[in-house]
Amino acid sequence: MLQVSLYRYNPETDQEPWTQEVEFDSGGKDLMVLDVMEQIKAQDPTLAFRRSCREGVCGSDGVNINGKNGLACITALSETVRDNKLVIRPLPGLPVVRDLVVDMSMFYDQYEKVEPYLQNSSAPPAIERLQSPEERAKLDGLYECILCACCSTSCPSFWWNPDRFIGPAGLLQSYRFLADSRDTATEQRLSKLDDPYSVFRCHGIQNCVGVCPKGLNPTKAIGHIRNLLLERAI
Amino acid sequence: MVTAITTMGRSGLSDWLMQRVSAVILLAYFLFIAWVVGNGVDYDSWKMLFSQTWMRIFSLGALLSLAVHAWIGMWVVLSDYVTARLLGAAGNVLRFVLQVGCAITLFTYVVWGIQILWGY
Ligand code: SF4
Ligand code: SF4
Ligand code: FES
Repeated sequence: MLQVSLYRYNPETDQEPWTQEVEFDSGGKDLMVLDVMEQIKAQDPTLAFRRSCREGVCGSDGVNINGKNGLACITALSETVRDNKLVIRPLPGLPVVRDLVVDMSMFYDQYEKVEPYLQNSSAPPAIERLQSPEERAKLDGLYECILCACCSTSCPSFWWNPDRFIGPAGLLQSYRFLADSRDTATEQRLSKLDDPYSVFRCHGIQNCVGVCPKGLNPTKAIGHIRNLLLERAI
Repeated sequence: MVTAITTMGRSGLSDWLMQRVSAVILLAYFLFIAWVVGNGVDYDSWKMLFSQTWMRIFSLGALLSLAVHAWIGMWVVLSDYVTARLLGAAGNVLRFVLQVGCAITLFTYVVWGIQILWGY
């Protein structure tokens, strides 16, 4: 029997968060953590969590599984369960709306700050802005982010300064547009990043790299931004 | 853009660069001192070494680097853990008091260091 511990908190009825213990029979199958959550919810419909695609595409079911952030739908029990224990908590550092559902506003505010859209001051061509295969290749490892927030909510710098430090997810997207050959706003973008918090709160702890379900490397992108800032200033 | 008046250079990049440069100077200084001590020193050779102007300047450089490094480092640590977000409004007051404490301590060390280096 799998011993499942779930973080529960309903602000309308609970004074404070509590832990629900559930004995779960996986029938010997290597289920995904999301399957376990769904089956528990079938028994106890009061349990709240987000999910949609159930295949690692939408990024809505980021949770903390046995102490590590990840997408419940693509984390297999065999990867995470040790000593028959499965502890599921909400993503750390963000306010809990209910049970495993967190308020992502602070995360999105930081994303909004990097102006995550193409900016180009020249007149648009008749059909489309072209890019060479080499220029396009620079965006690999950047554009795949699904904004699940697993990285930013595992970053201590983001926990302490979520209102000022853009965080790994936002910075990865920032670099995605800095690196895009079709974007001409590089200077304006960089001038907004040169303060002591936005980028420089990253201390290279690399928690973000270890948890990204898409295998992306925000620390590397942050290093590229730092180099761009350095080149611009020297 | 977030502004912060208690940092060193008020730009994240300059703080970051100063932190690295001062670290390199400190490392060079302590390796040098370790090398000197490793080769064996007595009172006379030690006094000889520190009576030379280049050694005094090198030592002063290391001392200033220590002050800069400590100031930036303490600012980063304090603005992580001693903040209004974690401690309420008192957090900002406490952080300011601790920063003034850091400033006085570092200033004292620098002045005292100059006295020692050029005083004997
Ligand atoms: S490398 Fe930087 S962004 Fe990533 S977890 Fe560490 S401090 Fe956060
Ligand atoms: S970088 Fe990875 S962990 Fe971070 S939000 Fe994007 S997909 Fe999620
Ligand atoms: S449910 Fe869509 S990523 Fe997991």
